[in-house]
Amino acid sequence: MVSKHLLTRLRTLTRPAIHCRRSSNFCPNPKFLHELQSRRYSDAPQSSPAASAPTPPPASNLNSKSSLNEIELRKFAAIADTWWDAEGPFKPLHVMNPTRLAFIRSTLCRHFGKDPHCARPFEGLKFVDVGCGGGILSEPLARMGATVTGIDAVEKNMKIAQLHADLDPITSSIDYHCTTAEKLVEEQRKFDAVLALEVIEHVADPAEFCKSLSALTSSGGATLISTINRSMRAYATAIIMAEYVLHWLPRGTHQWSSFLTPEELVLILQRASISVQEMAGFVYDPLTGRWSISDDISVNFIAYGTKSSE
Amino acid sequence: MNRITARRVTFNINALKLAQRTLCGGAGVKLSGADSDQEIADKHGFHGNLPMHDVAIVGGGMVGMALACSLAHKPLTNQLNVAIIDSNPALLSGGCIKKEDPPDPRVSTVTPATMALFKEMGAWKYVEQHRHAYFDKMQVWDYTGLGYTRYNARDINKEVLGCVVENKVLHKSLLSCLQNADFQQKIYPCRLSSMAMQPSSSSSPHGSLAKLELSDGNSLYAKLVVGSDGSKSRVKELAGINSTGWKYSQNAIICTVQHTDENRCAWQRFLPNGPIALLPIGDNFSNIVWTMNPDESSDRKSMSEVDFVKEVNSALDNGYGPHPKSQLSGSSAFSWLTADTTLSANECFERVALIGDAAHTVHPLAGQGVNMGFGDAFSLSKVIAEGIAVGSDIGEVTLLRRYESERKPANLTMMAILDGFQKAYSVDFGPLNVLRAAAFQGAHYISPLKRNIISYASGEQRFPLFS
Repeated sequence: MVSKHLLTRLRTLTRPAIHCRRSSNFCPNPKFLHELQSRRYSDAPQSSPAASAPTPPPASNLNSKSSLNEIELRKFAAIADTWWDAEGPFKPLHVMNPTRLAFIRSTLCRHFGKDPHCARPFEGLKFVDVGCGGGILSEPLARMGATVTGIDAVEKNMKIAQLHADLDPITSSIDYHCTTAEKLVEEQRKFDAVLALEVIEHVADPAEFCKSLSALTSSGGATLISTINRSMRAYATAIIMAEYVLHWLPRGTHQWSSFLTPEELVLILQRASISVQEMAGFVYDPLTGRWSISDDISVNFIAYGTKSSE
Repeated sequence: MNRITARRVTFNINALKLAQRTLCGGAGVKLSGADSDQEIADKHGFHGNLPMHDVAIVGGGMVGMALACSLAHKPLTNQLNVAIIDSNPALLSGGCIKKEDPPDPRVSTVTPATMALFKEMGAWKYVEQHRHAYFDKMQVWDYTGLGYTRYNARDINKEVLGCVVENKVLHKSLLSCLQNADFQQKIYPCRLSSMAMQPSSSSSPHGSLAKLELSDGNSLYAKLVVGSDGSKSRVKELAGINSTGWKYSQNAIICTVQHTDENRCAWQRFLPNGPIALLPIGDNFSNIVWTMNPDESSDRKSMSEVDFVKEVNSALDNGYGPHPKSQLSGSSAFSWLTADTTLSANECFERVALIGDAAHTVHPLAGQGVNMGFGDAFSLSKVIAEGIAVGSDIGEVTLLRRYESERKPANLTMMAILDGFQKAYSVDFGPLNVLRAAAFQGAHYISPLKRNIISYASGEQRFPLFS
């Protein structure tokens, strides 16, 4: 169980206490930092060679200052047409979807004090699905009664999502926009729940991204983020197995170095004034072909946080 | 004519699959046009003219009604808008069952597991208002007189082993249960003539709806079509679902007989040409299900009632244990069944699911067929509820596969067991008879085995030997 040991060591290394001491320049992967020049785990306004200035830039510069990652955008635009092909490149998402929705449903029902046995518990709540892609998450949320806004930076995704949502009168009410979280913040939009599932590993600046998510969350609202752990097991399963052996995902979908460990995620959310209340892992059972919710957060995990009152 | 319609639908489904494949290539070009709003408006107008339902249940028999009832009684699914398509007038009129009528020969043995599910959705209280008979003992023996087993509900600490209810009572109870629920259902008193996936699906096969055309010329849309229309299912035919199976060269006679004393025991005897079962249905009446080969059955059909009862008594009058004595029932109605096994094993396609006899028929020897059907109905309604809980489209094939994977092993096991029984008894050969008898004695005297067998037959355990 080498990986287990490594994991424990990684965890001890990345404990929040240690983080705090050396947070101003902590980065687990300097090479990656160098490449992107914008990825920081610290929100300290120290000098940075990156173009993104720490102070809010004027509106005209918005395009240059975003947590978007151009390479990632091109990657997703290339396979956008296949979003709703249950056997296509997004198959893992389709298979995993009911499991993540079960977690979302139970935590948000508890958070908003809604009846979990009701067919549409989120009636009257405004949700935003950041990085909604083809609407795999937005549509079920709309069926559960939420007023959903779906945003994605890929124009093509939004067209696919809109076309698909229009097939069902319930989902046709979803408001899809080709925009970024930062722009919504600029428009001072607020939502009861902000969801960014399997997105943060594709953004250029997770810390900045979390701040935007926090800014979109109304006070007393909830934020949900899911991603993949930067663990050895994740490397073996999410990249080697899923991309190279089983071909579930196109090669190069995920960069191991851009994954976040749960501790890092908690920390950057904390700095964005979101306190993580609950975390859960998703594990895949190869025998049944199903995902289930578990305590094991070593590969896929989801964090649910509430916005601390400012 | 029917054949042609079936072919057309199959063709449509193929086209749909093609569309799905070409989506990658074509969508980019198609999507860049600015006329998508226009398209959407057209499509909504299209929907506007025709009723749209969440679930269309084709076949409002016992199993179809059980699905509707089950959906109506779950908080997650009682919002669904359900269409029931069946030309049976009893669905609209409600039909009244008089208690003094002699029992109908078409009865079902309801297992404790099914009873629990009926109680859960509040349908059992309607059954109890009509004629029904619980039995707490069951005697199974074979024609050689060597094999003999007597099961008692007390062996598994249960009150009853099952309950025999007339099919019309089960159906009526489910109908009453549905009518008293606050549920949006609409009954279409006609037959299904054709089924097609919605044409606008070309932009995305995933979100298409099923369009059903009815025999009265009306059409409707449904997110999910459930075929509960029996072994000659029209839905199965239209969806192009193949089924494999075989016919047993056996017919079954079903009829009602009367006794002098009340009977609380179910009797089954394996005869060389097929089993005979005598099930109590209350008021000193019993139901006979006698499976035999076609020649015998045509002979017995032409017999006088007195002779027939004599035959029944002699058929049940050998070997160990007490035996039931039957006398002539005032108006014994005969019905005929042909025994066959078909299997499409709950296969699901996009927006189409099969339940009950449409998915599988089994040899009637153990009265398990309808319980398997009820099991399908409850499983499908559970899967639909789970899907709604996570906001899935209820016609999504990935969701329906969960129903398939839940029911397929259970139904296949039951089919294999029943087929095995049938095969084991169709041979009259010395050593085999002894072996069978040994198995019987084993089932009688090895109590954990006995408990397992009873539990399995009660529908409470998935597999008879691995508990």
